[in-house]
Amino acid sequence: MNTGAHAEKGGYFVPSPSPFPITLSVGLFFLCLGGALLVNGSAAGPWAAAVGAAIMVFGIVAWFGAVIRESRAGVYHKQEARSFRLGMWWFIISEALFFASLFGVLFYERVIAVPWLASFSAHFTPWVGFKAAWPTSGPAGASFRVVNPWGIPALNTLILLTSASTVTGGHDLLMKGDRRTATHLVGLTILLGLAFLGMQAREFYDAYTTLHLTLHSGVYGATFYILTGFHALHVTIGLVMLSVIFGRLTRGHFGPGDHFGFQAVSWYWHFVDVVWLILFVFVYWL
Amino acid sequence: MSVMDAHAGEGEHAPRGITRWLYTTNHKDIGILYMVFGIAMFLVGGLLAMLIRAELLTPTMRIMHPELFNQVISVHGLVMVFGALMPLTAGMANYLIPLMIGAPDMALPRMNNWSFWLLPPAAILLVMPWLLNLFGIGTGTLDTGWTMYAPLSIQSGPGMDFAIFAIFLLGLSSTLFSINVIVTVLNTRAPGMTMHKLPLFVWSWLWTALLLIAVFPALIAASVMLLADRHFGTHFFSAAGGGDPVLWVHMFWFFGHPEVYILLLPTAGILPQILATFARKPIFGYNMQVYSFGAISLLSVVVWAHHMYTSGLPAAANLYFMFATMAISVPVSILFFCWFGTIWRGAMTFETPMLFSLGYIVLFGIGGLTGLILSDAAADQQYHGSYFVVAHFHYTLFGGPILGVIAAIYYYLPKLTGRMYSEKLGRWHFWLTVAAFNLTFFPQFLLGIDGMPRRIPDYALKFAHLNMASSIGAFFLGASQLLFLYNIIRTAAGWGKPATGRVWEGAEGLEFTVSSPPPYHTFASPPVIR
Repeated sequence: MNTGAHAEKGGYFVPSPSPFPITLSVGLFFLCLGGALLVNGSAAGPWAAAVGAAIMVFGIVAWFGAVIRESRAGVYHKQEARSFRLGMWWFIISEALFFASLFGVLFYERVIAVPWLASFSAHFTPWVGFKAAWPTSGPAGASFRVVNPWGIPALNTLILLTSASTVTGGHDLLMKGDRRTATHLVGLTILLGLAFLGMQAREFYDAYTTLHLTLHSGVYGATFYILTGFHALHVTIGLVMLSVIFGRLTRGHFGPGDHFGFQAVSWYWHFVDVVWLILFVFVYWL
Repeated sequence: MSVMDAHAGEGEHAPRGITRWLYTTNHKDIGILYMVFGIAMFLVGGLLAMLIRAELLTPTMRIMHPELFNQVISVHGLVMVFGALMPLTAGMANYLIPLMIGAPDMALPRMNNWSFWLLPPAAILLVMPWLLNLFGIGTGTLDTGWTMYAPLSIQSGPGMDFAIFAIFLLGLSSTLFSINVIVTVLNTRAPGMTMHKLPLFVWSWLWTALLLIAVFPALIAASVMLLADRHFGTHFFSAAGGGDPVLWVHMFWFFGHPEVYILLLPTAGILPQILATFARKPIFGYNMQVYSFGAISLLSVVVWAHHMYTSGLPAAANLYFMFATMAISVPVSILFFCWFGTIWRGAMTFETPMLFSLGYIVLFGIGGLTGLILSDAAADQQYHGSYFVVAHFHYTLFGGPILGVIAAIYYYLPKLTGRMYSEKLGRWHFWLTVAAFNLTFFPQFLLGIDGMPRRIPDYALKFAHLNMASSIGAFFLGASQLLFLYNIIRTAAGWGKPATGRVWEGAEGLEFTVSSPPPYHTFASPPVIR
């Protein structure tokens, strides 16, 4: 395969034409089409979404495979590596701003919307006697109980913090040339991430069955599930990325001077970790 | 697998066939794809606009049901903003930024390809409900206006879901492209191309990219919540569950107001370069313009609620948003004075790009001044939701970015194609466009002051004359864009006189040091900039 249109010594590496991005676009189109059909109850929805997801998985694997092969072949130099690092940073910033929006929603609903709703005089509201409080399922919502922050959430905080130290430790050891221990630590990080997800699933299950805290539980349930749900989704993505790094480590990839993939995943994992800490404080605790 | 076998120097030939365009990692190809897509969507959005004006030609409902009218205005707005203007400015960035900073390509070329190829799927998703409706499925596209206010958007039909998924794709595309622009500018400049030598267009796009990364996540988050409210029983925007429909409006405009500057800034960056070329003078106030871009960008994210003066915010909030909004006129005025300073006592000639640039200054100026009227929280109680607003934002968005993009296309078309466009047709295009534009939108100011609400398919008899004038203007405006299309096609087909590398007598910049059209790959080894 010809990957280098322009790989003269010292020149910036510009990859030759690639079929992977448009493959991903086609997959994403069918995934979105499937999503739009699915929420409207069309029988074609799940099929379109499944086909789209399959194409996407293929596209992502092929694309990253190509990048890894190029990296192994040594076409990237300092400048290309810096592009990757900057790109990853700005990607994480955009992700952080997405979560910032969701936290903004939480604060707005709690500090502005609910008190505003309770402040109307009896002439202007159908819900006379609605008192501002948090948590609330609103004037027309069913009652529920909240998750105890010092149960599963506190344990999960511990798990994620530990996993942050294991992934950083792995990175440090790789820089010192101890690939074997680094691999073990990444494996441990993956196990901790899986434990976190398992606990989180258990917590959602309990919330639905015994606490009656559901998506329908007014604005508290909505903000609770969108924040914790998107965080869990990001943990899942992080776990997939960590697994790729684990596989690459066992095959002898990465060295002290060549570890962008590892570093990027480690940054991402720390980002997910920081989001969790904010989430623990503002969603579970306060 | 070999990696270094394709040893080719500058001017390597472009691949042949359709896969050139599907698989390309070349910034020039991707730039052209963006621009062709943008022009196609500009024509689609224009056709929808003419449908709107055809319905409003006379005060009866002749052509379509009110439901369809609502769908047409919604899709017109989304197509013009996300389908036409953003891809057009992104296409310019793609083609020009690497040339302007002496880079071999965009920093992340495959991702660049992806950010373009996310757009056609988004456009298909947006209009697909109309096709499905032909087969009796669903009720057509979204019908809420492009602002998609809750709770209307919660109750709207399946077309809304398609629009939400289209927004996800558009957001991904814009975010990836913005990352690419930032990384390209920060990391791939030629040696000697310091940040304070960057062409203003590059600076303007850097700020645009930062704005996109800052605000698009809010729209994505809001769209996710809207989808959840529609189908998963949440109560983000529903007071029954303690939520608040005004939250949607906050989040939409937190994105939507900076979006105006996202559309505007790239053309405000290209404008001084065109003015300087045809005034044969250096750009006046380079530093001040760079700082103004920054000030405009920063202010633009803290003024969103001036779209919400009538939504019951506390008076203190209205006051704050009023003053913050008016503060934006300071850096914008600095830009205007710099533009005047650039052409002041210049040896001006009036080729088509220059005409469109001067038209931009005048028409966008009117848009900006009427914006000052609207930014007054007390006065806005009257103007809000009237045709005055419609006239205002068409003066800012057509009079500004669209004219700016047209000016840039005429300015760079010889560079892209190696041929001069027809100057005569270009001038006809300009004068017909500004005449028809004013005939279309100036009456709408008067209609708005008279009290005609926006987004209605029918109106009181007293509005009949001005509406007819506006509609006739719109048809001329649409028709004169065919001249533009023809001029582009004949130039691209190679009918014009050959263009030199420098194209224009007064043109400065790295992009004018390469031949016209430029070789397929440029600056594989970086140029030296002193």
